[in-house]
Amino acid sequence: MKRIYMDNNATTAVRPAVLEAMLPYYREHFGNPSSLHWAGREVGSALDQARRQVADLLNCEPAEIIFTSCASESNNLAIKGTAEALQSRGNHIITTAVEHPSVLNPCKYLEKRGFEVTYLPVDGYGMFDLRQLEAAITERTILISVMWANNETGTVFPLQEIGAIARRHKVRLHTDAVQAIGRLPVDVQAAGIDLLAISGHKFGAPKGVGALYVRRGTKLTALIHGGHQELGRRAGTHNLPGIVGLGKACELAAAELETGSERLRTLRDRLEQGILAAIPECQVNGHPSQRLPNTLNLSFAYIEGEAVLLFLDMQGVAASSGSACMSDAFSQSHVISAMGIDPMMANSAIRFGLGPDNTEADVDHLLSILPPIVQKLRDMSPFYHERTPSRATVNS
Amino acid sequence: MYSEKVIDHFTNPRNVGEIENADGVGEKVSSSCGDRMKVFLKVEDNIIKDIKFQTYGCGAAIASSSMMTELVVGKTIEEALVLTNDEVAEALDGLPAPKLHCSNLAADALHEAIKNYQANRG
Repeated sequence: MKRIYMDNNATTAVRPAVLEAMLPYYREHFGNPSSLHWAGREVGSALDQARRQVADLLNCEPAEIIFTSCASESNNLAIKGTAEALQSRGNHIITTAVEHPSVLNPCKYLEKRGFEVTYLPVDGYGMFDLRQLEAAITERTILISVMWANNETGTVFPLQEIGAIARRHKVRLHTDAVQAIGRLPVDVQAAGIDLLAISGHKFGAPKGVGALYVRRGTKLTALIHGGHQELGRRAGTHNLPGIVGLGKACELAAAELETGSERLRTLRDRLEQGILAAIPECQVNGHPSQRLPNTLNLSFAYIEGEAVLLFLDMQGVAASSGSACMSDAFSQSHVISAMGIDPMMANSAIRFGLGPDNTEADVDHLLSILPPIVQKLRDMSPFYHERTPSRATVNS
Repeated sequence: MYSEKVIDHFTNPRNVGEIENADGVGEKVSSSCGDRMKVFLKVEDNIIKDIKFQTYGCGAAIASSSMMTELVVGKTIEEALVLTNDEVAEALDGLPAPKLHCSNLAADALHEAIKNYQANRG
């Protein structure tokens, strides 16, 4: 059976050139970069190089990069580290209703400790209103934290305009850029960003390595106390192979950004148009144009997403669910819910995340197997048999 | 996460559809996740001669509907009335914990259909 992986927003395969760059740092050059002897010295330059590669992709100075274990750590450090460092100045944080749990949950944690958090609502495309953001800023606001692109729908927030608002009000700006790296140009200077989180495994580096960009002069309280690594901002022996891999993946992302994104967009659009043409009563969730080039989130009327995913899985296609029915029976996707999508459509949301390994043949194969799956499930659904003709023309 | 039996019944569900002029029709909706099962019965001499279902839901919901129909076809009304949701899940070699409370409604839907059949008979 042909196996097709279309869940690249969840994780990606390590790219061959990345793995190749990492391998010498397991056996040959295994030293601890903090050691003074030859084994430590010979890996110091690899750490420096990786830091430069990350900085080049983000358009910042190498000294502004902190290596972490993952984007969840980076987001926690950015949010809780800011809250603690700036608590004498204020206790108000602004974020959005559709952030990743690694942003929402640190915010909820801080709320229990006396901080106030504004969760900006979003519209049907998953976009929030910039005027609402500006109106929410008070003299107690110490941080704005908004994602660059949404992991479920791919909706891209206008970071440049958000950055301009943050600068105008002199409020620190953090962004979870996990989904944007390697798919969109990410420039911390142009967007006026103070803190930016990235994750290696979302763009061809291994799991277990991430980074946080911290603009020079940005006060931040460390989460992990210990050794002097990362200038005391993040203790812990460097995960050197992972860091080397992250650096290499950033170098590749910078070199291939334009061609890679265009290729993904062409494939994604082929998939999207093919599905919309073949399956009546389905809708795209997310912004029509301001969307990641690789992401397609769809809902099909009358059926549940998990059932679609099971059939796809049995036929070798890995995609994922926007509905949380898979893991937690009692909650829907907070992103889809926040967009105000009809509950039945929310229950059937599924996400295809294309990656560099996907081909036109993969897309065409998916287009051949998906419509019969949807029809088979619709034939089983009482809602499908009870549908009214007027409804049958909606969204089709 | 699903047993082979669940996958089998999900992939090849038995008795999908509806019965025209059914003797009893009933349905059950999960209050937690919105799964919905509709059951149609044909009864002769107190025996379930034919049963069909329509289900909106996840793999567990569809598989438990299918398994339920296999468990009660040919059984008496009294036998069908004592079937429980847990027995349907057991016949499927179990369901993942989160699914037990939301998608495991087949026996309830069956009982609604039997109630309707009994009411129709007056």
